[in-house]
Amino acid sequence: MSKETSAVVKEACQRIGRERHNLLDILLEIQEKLRCVDQEAMQLIGEELSISSVTVEGVVSFYAFLSQEPKGKVIIRLCDDIVDRFAGIEAVAEVLCEEFGIQMGETTEDGKISLEYTPCIGMCDQAPAALVNDVVVTNLDVRSAREMAKNLKKHLNPAKLVKKLGDGNNANKWIKSMVQNNILRRGEVIFNDEGTPEAGLKHALTKTPKEVIKTIQKSYLKGRGGAGFPTGMKWNFARASEGARRYIFCNADEGEPGTFKDRVLLTECPDLMFEGMTIAAYAVGSDSGIVYLRGEYTYLHQFLEKVLAERRKQGLLGENICGKKGFHFDIRIQMGAGSYICGEETSLISSCEGHRGNPKTRPPYPAQEGYLGAPTVVNNVETLCRVPRILEKGAEWFASIGTKESTGTKLLSVSGDCESPGVYEVAWGITVRELLKMVGAEEAAIVVVGGPSGQLIGRTAFERRIAFEDLPTGGSIVVFGIERSVLEIVHYYMEFFIDESCGYCTPCRVGNVLLKKRIEKIMDGLGELEDIAYLKDLSKTVIMTSRCGLGITAPNPILSSLEHFPLVYSAIVKKRHDGLQQGFDIKRALEKSREIAKRRSRIYDRAYGEKPISVENIG
Amino acid sequence: MLGEVNFEIDGVKVQGWTGQTIMEAADEAGIYIPRLCDTEDLRPAGSCRVCTVKVNGKPAAACTQPISEGIVVENNTKEMNKYRVDLVEMLFSEGNHLCPVCEASGDCELQAMGYRLGMTYYHHPDLNPNRTIDASHPDILLDTNRCIFCGRCIRASRDLDGKGIFSYVGRGINKRIKARAERLVDTDADLNDKVFAYDLCPVGCIIRKREGFKKPIGTRYYDHKPIGSDIQS
Amino acid sequence: MEKPRIATCSLAGCFGCHMSFLDIDERFLELIKLVDFDRSPINDIKRFSQRCDIGLVEGGCCNEENVQTLQKFRKNCDVLISVGQCAINGGVPAMRNAIMGGDDPLKDCLEEAYLTCPTSYNPAHEIPNDPALPLLLDIVYPCHEVVKIDYAIPGCPPSADTLWHTLVALVKGEPTDLPYELLKYD
Repeated sequence: MSKETSAVVKEACQRIGRERHNLLDILLEIQEKLRCVDQEAMQLIGEELSISSVTVEGVVSFYAFLSQEPKGKVIIRLCDDIVDRFAGIEAVAEVLCEEFGIQMGETTEDGKISLEYTPCIGMCDQAPAALVNDVVVTNLDVRSAREMAKNLKKHLNPAKLVKKLGDGNNANKWIKSMVQNNILRRGEVIFNDEGTPEAGLKHALTKTPKEVIKTIQKSYLKGRGGAGFPTGMKWNFARASEGARRYIFCNADEGEPGTFKDRVLLTECPDLMFEGMTIAAYAVGSDSGIVYLRGEYTYLHQFLEKVLAERRKQGLLGENICGKKGFHFDIRIQMGAGSYICGEETSLISSCEGHRGNPKTRPPYPAQEGYLGAPTVVNNVETLCRVPRILEKGAEWFASIGTKESTGTKLLSVSGDCESPGVYEVAWGITVRELLKMVGAEEAAIVVVGGPSGQLIGRTAFERRIAFEDLPTGGSIVVFGIERSVLEIVHYYMEFFIDESCGYCTPCRVGNVLLKKRIEKIMDGLGELEDIAYLKDLSKTVIMTSRCGLGITAPNPILSSLEHFPLVYSAIVKKRHDGLQQGFDIKRALEKSREIAKRRSRIYDRAYGEKPISVENIG
Repeated sequence: MLGEVNFEIDGVKVQGWTGQTIMEAADEAGIYIPRLCDTEDLRPAGSCRVCTVKVNGKPAAACTQPISEGIVVENNTKEMNKYRVDLVEMLFSEGNHLCPVCEASGDCELQAMGYRLGMTYYHHPDLNPNRTIDASHPDILLDTNRCIFCGRCIRASRDLDGKGIFSYVGRGINKRIKARAERLVDTDADLNDKVFAYDLCPVGCIIRKREGFKKPIGTRYYDHKPIGSDIQS
Repeated sequence: MEKPRIATCSLAGCFGCHMSFLDIDERFLELIKLVDFDRSPINDIKRFSQRCDIGLVEGGCCNEENVQTLQKFRKNCDVLISVGQCAINGGVPAMRNAIMGGDDPLKDCLEEAYLTCPTSYNPAHEIPNDPALPLLLDIVYPCHEVVKIDYAIPGCPPSADTLWHTLVALVKGEPTDLPYELLKYD
């Protein structure tokens, strides 16, 4: 047993704590120090935490940022979101593979560099982008990729890749990142400068917790993560649930491809978010909060810790907050480790508890029994950022913005084929056409509203409104021009869901793979009419029987593209006259055999490659 | 607190008790709801989704969904059984389920579910998994290509035996069942463990050695009566 | 009225389904009152003499000849039925599909079968490659992946009763649903 492994594991367990809910932190630390969590480390962790080593392996193998094989000192993770693909990430990958002499997914022999792909890192407005360890590199192209490789070969220090700092707090000494905020429209609620810091919290503390919840309920604030559950109702449930403790979780695990507005909020408005959490804690009766920050945003971690420390200093966190006797509340940050499903609130809780990031069985809902069995409120970053404003300016003011069922504003992350990608704060109810005009994409052919789990719409639907009652979105708006292939987009999104499915339930684990295979068949030009029925049929089963939101929404790209782009599917469906199934390719099926036997097919080679075989000319 | 709860399954009035799941109440009432991952003695997992029913029009897993007063449950309907056939077909195509060469044939719950639902073949391409076969243990063989991810062995080894021999590793379609050591013989797995003694594996993934094909065709568990006959009144 | 015509064949199978068919015993006499047999090993007719109403296919497709035969059946039969597990999902021959993990799985498969497996006796150390041997397909395909299949009669083999029950129902135009005890995958 290696001494180093043993020392690192023991030290980490000792310092972080030997309880199961510390497991993810322990694993992240070991990964960073040893560049992997191998069998030996898992064995030791199991012993330290008194759990089976294969249980530890179950957790390690769940997260993309943990590995059992040693990774390089510097890991370059290229974002392979569809937006980055269209922006040229593959050319960037080629350059890097060439420079380092390895393939994607490999590590250089000297153990210095690893190259891999990763799903959306929340930088679609500055694509193609990559994570180099924790450092974000944006707007890559072939030239800058080559420079990056040279720089890394020389210094092996990702921090040295940041030449020009981004706008706003991106230039803060605790962030020092080249990321740009790209806030292109400041709406009435979040990005206006009229709000007074901590006014909402101070006002809330003059009311009873029940009155605070009432105010939120009256504002009709709905969750901004995508599902749109009424926030006040969630708080009310948690308050009404019995428990020695209650928890406030902030979901900062935005992983929906094309969403990056929470990243901007975390950079520019962390105080507003923490203030919102504190108000929630007061309303619900909680003394403990956790921000679950996605691993891709590690570069913001230190900054957020500093903001928390400052708040503690100012008496905005800790004991007797703002002088309110008996109101104690503090917040810690839990880092994620690369898993989209952990943005689902019950998976997020599983993850914080040191389990595989599987969604939990509901009921009980988190507000009844959440983190470690205690009533837990999980709110999105953006939802929480609205709370102080509502308390400050009143529920009526908030409810007067937007539509009747979708009150207030929404931050939209717009990316893809448009002139001005970035973050737009708009009132709910804006039509897609109005938005496209705003972002400079009037020629758009395909708009993905709400990311892969939302809807792919075409021009005939551009008059529809972005609102919970029409086209809901957690913030992702991806625009594609006429030159893009609908099927390629659909295929990518299915691939994404397959990669990110936790695999707990049958329909999501298997159904999506089968759906993707059928899309591939159609892309190969082998589609038949039956395939359309198959896709619809199987999609319905996946939707009806899946256990959580991932499975329930995963077939959306297929169903919405079938609805809005039917011609795309019908145009490629061909008829065959040899009686063979479209999906069966005799040429491909015989290829290997011809190679091994070193002879031609006596049945099928006469027509090989010349014209399709018809039954008439078969022996 | 035990309170009476009255509700309805396929138009039949059922009485259950507070805290029961739909599955538990249905079992007591002699109404069979098809299932693969759920079994007696283990905490329900809700992972196979074969027990999906509609509760007041919305889908839910009967094995984890608590009953409540007045709910209307749709179970044995054309629509729900269609979803079930789809799920069973998915499991058949995901794993390596060649019934003629499998020791579990005749006693296999996946196969029996196919029989019960009238499945004659499956529409999907085989995914041909390439997973571990572990014959290291003197009494037990693991062919994980046949695993249907019911998680019974994980739950039983952890909760009934207190050993925690098995866990899932990986995620999504790459999820695998794995024993604590590379070879099962290097764990403390024993044929007397409840996970093995109760024959909890619904398929032919966990096999007792030297017992394969002992029972002649016609005497096996599901040869004459459909799965669920013991519950259905 | 003319009797319905039936054709049968065995592709990558063991002829077990045909054997099981013979197990309908004296009911054969009844059957030939109901149907005429065209191309089939049962009467040793090698070619289709005319279009048939029903084609029964045993076995999946493991080589090019299987594909060709199946194509002919699809062309010449109104209703095509997969009989037995091999036709339905590849069956025993499809066990080789499970070794598709390597870089060159077909080669691995042939080497395992003829050269490296502990029971192989092959002094010449050669993989059979006579020009008369049809080329193998990359994997073993169930029939419905190669041509359109209308019905499936499961079993390994389907019992004589199962075959009898389904055939009679089809010929008489009745529902083919099998009673519980006749629906088996083994």
